Amino acid sequence: MAVRRLHPDQPASFALTSQNEAWAKATIAQYPPGRQASAVIPLLWRAQEQHGGWLPEPAMRLVADMLGMAYIRVYEIATFYTMFQLAPVGRKAHVWVCGTTPCMLRGAEALVEVCRRRIHAEPHHVSGDGDFSWEEVECLGVCANAPMVQIGKDTYEDLTPALFEAVLDGYAKGQPPKSGSQIGRQASCPEGGPTTLVEFAKAGK
Amino acid sequence: MALQDKDRVFKNLYGFRDWRLAGARSRGAWDNTKALIDKGHDWIITEVRNSGLRGRGGAGFPTGLKWSFMPKNDPRPSYLVINADESEPGSCKDREIMRHDPHLLIEGALLASFAMRAHTCYIYVRGEFFREQEQLQAAIDEAYDARLIGKGNVHGWDFDIIVHHGAGAYICGEETALLESLEGKKGLPRLKPPFPASVGLYGAPTTVNNVESIAVVPDILRRGATWFSGIGKTNNTGTKLFQISGHVEQPCVVEEEMGIPLRELLERHAGGVRGGWDNLLAVIPGGSSMPCLPGSICQDLTMDFDTLAKLKSGLGTAAIIVMDKSTDIIAAIRRIAYFYKHESCGQCTPCREGCGWMWRVLQRMERGEAEKREIDLLWDVSTKVEGHTICAFGDAAAWPVQGLIRHFRGEIEARIDRRRAALKQAAECW
Repeated sequence: MAVRRLHPDQPASFALTSQNEAWAKATIAQYPPGRQASAVIPLLWRAQEQHGGWLPEPAMRLVADMLGMAYIRVYEIATFYTMFQLAPVGRKAHVWVCGTTPCMLRGAEALVEVCRRRIHAEPHHVSGDGDFSWEEVECLGVCANAPMVQIGKDTYEDLTPALFEAVLDGYAKGQPPKSGSQIGRQASCPEGGPTTLVEFAKAGK
Repeated sequence: MALQDKDRVFKNLYGFRDWRLAGARSRGAWDNTKALIDKGHDWIITEVRNSGLRGRGGAGFPTGLKWSFMPKNDPRPSYLVINADESEPGSCKDREIMRHDPHLLIEGALLASFAMRAHTCYIYVRGEFFREQEQLQAAIDEAYDARLIGKGNVHGWDFDIIVHHGAGAYICGEETALLESLEGKKGLPRLKPPFPASVGLYGAPTTVNNVESIAVVPDILRRGATWFSGIGKTNNTGTKLFQISGHVEQPCVVEEEMGIPLRELLERHAGGVRGGWDNLLAVIPGGSSMPCLPGSICQDLTMDFDTLAKLKSGLGTAAIIVMDKSTDIIAAIRRIAYFYKHESCGQCTPCREGCGWMWRVLQRMERGEAEKREIDLLWDVSTKVEGHTICAFGDAAAWPVQGLIRHFRGEIEARIDRRRAALKQAAECW
């Protein structure tokens, strides 16, 4: 478990854009009647995306009202699931560094050091220029391409500290690099080429 | 003998070719699926049972048997829920299926749902897998457009698939926590019984299966149960996606035969252990919750459920974490203990308190700041967590610690001795 609390500074109100509201209605309709609470994670996530990457308390109340849930039930969801950011994050990127053993064995600790030096000494703090923030997260499920980080929806894999700095440089310039392996591997294929279905792979290139 | 290319299910594992419907069809997916459906609910379940398929999500429970637990004449709707909350450290196979061969999963979902008389399937994808969700959804949209699924589809079995996602909680990979999460609650595992087959999603009969278990079903039905059961070993049949990470030359995901020797697997596909086979310190053979095994017993080790269980470890998700002799094994397991401390849902006291306790003690042991008697105490506490919780998370948190003590007790003791000697020397100098 981790201690997760709401941020002391909260906006006065929150409203979904009309586009997001229409999306929310369609999402709720995917679940059987009376089971609209199932949509709580997708709706909170959409609210977080709309609010610049973190989830303010008025958004939790809004989602609770939309789904007919008690506020406390939605607060519970927001504090239980660690992808919900309860404090402001960097404008250009919030970096998830995977730190679990498969990534650790291949150098994740050095990536954390890069974050400490370049972004902020502590996780969950925004950098001086307001552009970046970071946290060490648990296994992101990309273990055969370790070590890796995820920024927004994209993964950056097979990293070294230098390659990771290049990724951060890209985000700083507003030109994120191509996601996936940063050493040119095709997904989780062995480096140097496949050991299975070799002809199939060649023909596909 | 290694698996031959003709027997591979996941031909587009690395995404060298088109993952969309046209590409999937060219590889044999959706080929006369109607004929399989026409053979009936029970034929599908029997065929899957006879194939010997054991669940690919970690527990290895026979899939066909699990399906047979679903009620046949129940007024409530039945649900298939596919567990794509891939979060076990070391595991990274379901991701490849969802983004590179999603139609195998969708066709399998239709066949499995039909077998269990379910008209609705929810796929619960871990929240961090954004691109995988997008790609899977795009493939599902194609299947709807081609009337392969949906109301009034060409297969004559109304069927909807909904992609749902989590938001970063490992515990939601536990099937009843997953159902709670899908219902819009915190992912706290449920007491069992009742099992999901009687009271599952929304109180209705539900079967929860792993992505890989479902994705191999179309091939099993098309090629026949005997094809699948002819691969691998008795009671450990079929092909399996192995995920090789850590200290190998070329980490990768690869489909191989169940029961392949570990050494052959690593050397054929992953370039072998970094620095050579003799440089192997230990492996975690099935994802972080499985106890590690020392290199000394890995020479002839085969990768299957039963062999690894006999060694007090397990195949789990077949996620192999390789550690060479440069590894600080106490630090590696300490990091796993931190993972469990972080991911415990907090519902059961032994797990909530025990996971943090084990992590804190391992932190000291990593530095040698411990008493040797604490090793036995740590073991004892791990047995108080194991088997004393609502779900298997408690076991999963205890086993890696037990594996460390079972095989590397000497290393913990040596570190305590080294620190004592250093302190003594410092005191004498002073």
